[in-house]
Amino acid sequence: MIPELGHFALSLAFALALAQAFFGLAGAWQRRPRWMAVTDSAVVGQVVCVALAFAALVHAFVVHDFSVAYVANNSNSALPVLFRVSAVWGAHEGSLLLWIFILALWSVAVAAFSKSLPASFRARVLGMLGLISVGFMSFTLGTSNPFLRLIPAAADGADLNPLLQDFALAVHPPMLYTGYVGTAVAFAFACAAMLEGKLDATWARWTRPWTTVAWLFLTMGIALGSWWAYYELGWGGWWFWDPVENASFMPWLMSTALIHSLAVTEKRGLFKSWTLLLAIFAFSLSLLGTFLVRSGVLVSVHSFASDPARGVFILGLLSFFILGSLVLYAWRAPLLASTAGFGWLSREAFLLLNNVLLVVAAALILLGTLWPLFMDAFSLGKISVGPPYFNAVFLVPGLPLVAAIGIGMHSVWKHSKLQPKKNLFIILACIGVAGALSVLAWLGHFSVLSVVGFTAAIFVMGSAVVEPWQRWRGGHTVPAAVLGMSLAHFGVAMFTIGVTGVETAKVERDVALGIGDSANVAGYTFKLVSTRPVQGPNYNATEAEVLITHGGEAVATLHPQKRTYWVRTMPMTEAGIDVGFHRDLFAALGEDLGQGRWSMRLQYKPLIRFIWLGALVMAIGGLLAVVDRRYRVKKPVADSDTAQV
Amino acid sequence: MTPRRRRLMLFSSVLLGVAVAAGIATLAFRDNLQYFYNPSEVAAGKVPVGKRFRVGGMVPKGSVQRAPGSLTVTFAVTDFAHTVNISYSGVLPDLFREGQGIIAHGKLDTSGVFVADEVLAKHDEKYMPPEVAASLKKNPNGPPAPAAMAPSIPKGVTL
Repeated sequence: MIPELGHFALSLAFALALAQAFFGLAGAWQRRPRWMAVTDSAVVGQVVCVALAFAALVHAFVVHDFSVAYVANNSNSALPVLFRVSAVWGAHEGSLLLWIFILALWSVAVAAFSKSLPASFRARVLGMLGLISVGFMSFTLGTSNPFLRLIPAAADGADLNPLLQDFALAVHPPMLYTGYVGTAVAFAFACAAMLEGKLDATWARWTRPWTTVAWLFLTMGIALGSWWAYYELGWGGWWFWDPVENASFMPWLMSTALIHSLAVTEKRGLFKSWTLLLAIFAFSLSLLGTFLVRSGVLVSVHSFASDPARGVFILGLLSFFILGSLVLYAWRAPLLASTAGFGWLSREAFLLLNNVLLVVAAALILLGTLWPLFMDAFSLGKISVGPPYFNAVFLVPGLPLVAAIGIGMHSVWKHSKLQPKKNLFIILACIGVAGALSVLAWLGHFSVLSVVGFTAAIFVMGSAVVEPWQRWRGGHTVPAAVLGMSLAHFGVAMFTIGVTGVETAKVERDVALGIGDSANVAGYTFKLVSTRPVQGPNYNATEAEVLITHGGEAVATLHPQKRTYWVRTMPMTEAGIDVGFHRDLFAALGEDLGQGRWSMRLQYKPLIRFIWLGALVMAIGGLLAVVDRRYRVKKPVADSDTAQV
Repeated sequence: MTPRRRRLMLFSSVLLGVAVAAGIATLAFRDNLQYFYNPSEVAAGKVPVGKRFRVGGMVPKGSVQRAPGSLTVTFAVTDFAHTVNISYSGVLPDLFREGQGIIAHGKLDTSGVFVADEVLAKHDEKYMPPEVAASLKKNPNGPPAPAAMAPSIPKGVTL
């Protein structure tokens, strides 16, 4: 009964989303205040209905209702309760429902925090969000209903993929989806501005906090995914340039560009049409990402067509939103010309450089991700694009980007006034080179690229500290937005240090060890002490004890496991990791080679924590920027540089 | 400089940057495309010598051999028309087993053995790499190949 109620609630939510879209868009177009007023009730009603539907699916998982096909396919009576809840978004149908739920939450947040916006603009934003909701709900209800019954009911479920039975992966999809769906808000703001034919500094100020919040969730979501891949996939890599990873990274690059472009639009009234285009791209790539991951198109272009209804619907939805918004853009954007000029080394110039580099990186990653699909679709051969391609196309724009942050933070609007800062830059550069060389001496490795990486990172760190400090010493208050910006850039530098450190000096060895044997990795001695059987709630495992010593002194004892889950009889490697600020030591158990020997993968990963700590610091920086008082203006500010059409 | 000339310089430098990036990308792209070949194509000599490529197929029962206690393992992959022998030294993925579809990255040596530096089996026990499924399906003599499954996990090893 409850699954049917869930289905009914979702259908009701669909009707409300239709109302929200119609009364929002048509109400603003026809200038009917009463129609526009309906959107608010529709938004609230929709979030309540979607929450009920979501709760119904969670309930089905928690009480083991194996008469629901989706539950039977993705859960099992032995599955611990935390993973029964996270199994809700463990596969296609449920993750779509999560998408819809998060969109409803964003919509209600926009409705609640935008009371001061002009009524017609607000109605258009909510109408656009309703339209996106309509698209996703019709897709879910029409082709991917999570409440579908299984007749007869299964005796027990097929279990959740053991790889997903993990805490980081339980929270990774909601984080990532909050980010993905958040780009829909920026998109809705952009479409509303184009429909209004009006885009000014106030518009940018309204849009900025929403974009930043979406961005910080994306950042956290991607970092969680990378962290999970590191310890759970078992082999110690932190980024694989997998199409699924790229699918989340491209919207991140676009939102990062959008945040910076919005800054120019707010402060100087420039880059207006470019900002709109970025908002469209960021959302389009989020849509593309959702579908790339969930439709099965990555497995094979041809398996995508095995369920024609889903395939056609997905393509239809993608082209409706992307083409529709681009047509709107082509029609409206020429009216939003900006005229002001700016200097060669002004802040605008640096932000333009930032945008160009980020967009180039995203475009090249998109090319590498989609190329194998095109080749396959036109039967031109089966290819894969290797990680070296992605490393190259990310590094080439990435390094100048990091370097430009350090200088760009000190630039001023409109004018090229970097001359007074020349000495500061020289000092920071010297500190950077000295710091880079000492870190590399400690790591015992050296390459030109690593010197450049560490120098740029230390330069940015110094720059990010000096900039707000100089403001404060000069007697100015330092607004939260500036502190947030500095902190986020500090995070970028930390991330750069992590990547440079790991990629320069990591050591990975595959070895065969008997009990009592040891192997040397980067000066650390890994000794296989023993192996013993252990049992978990829904798996059996072999657990090894690995003692690590350095120069005769004990450093850590690791307990890597090889698990076999009961239901799917799938072996799983659970790595043993000794976490350290300056390095990780990693041991994974391979297989029993016979004669009491085991294959093992041993790794030394210097500075790898900086990668995820950097991402965390970036996200905190974003949070700090959002709470800036500037964004809490209740009354709309009088338009100073309006581009009225 | 007039604002107009400044802007012109700015745009041309941006354009130059984009051009350089595109050039480097093209080079990187050309060197890093890896083609997939099935065992029949390898047997027919379609693979350029000394070039890295990917080969995949079903690991036949009884083909996995290892000197006890050694890290080096040899096995075969087949599309039920031809087989390719593979040698690999390292930790095999969790889901590597006989009867499973796998993909290996590496090169052919002079004796026709494929020396792999990476072996991939997707992280789902029901999964068949799409290339392997397609090449098995093409062969009418082989057993019915299981259909390629949509990945039920959001992230896996690159195929």
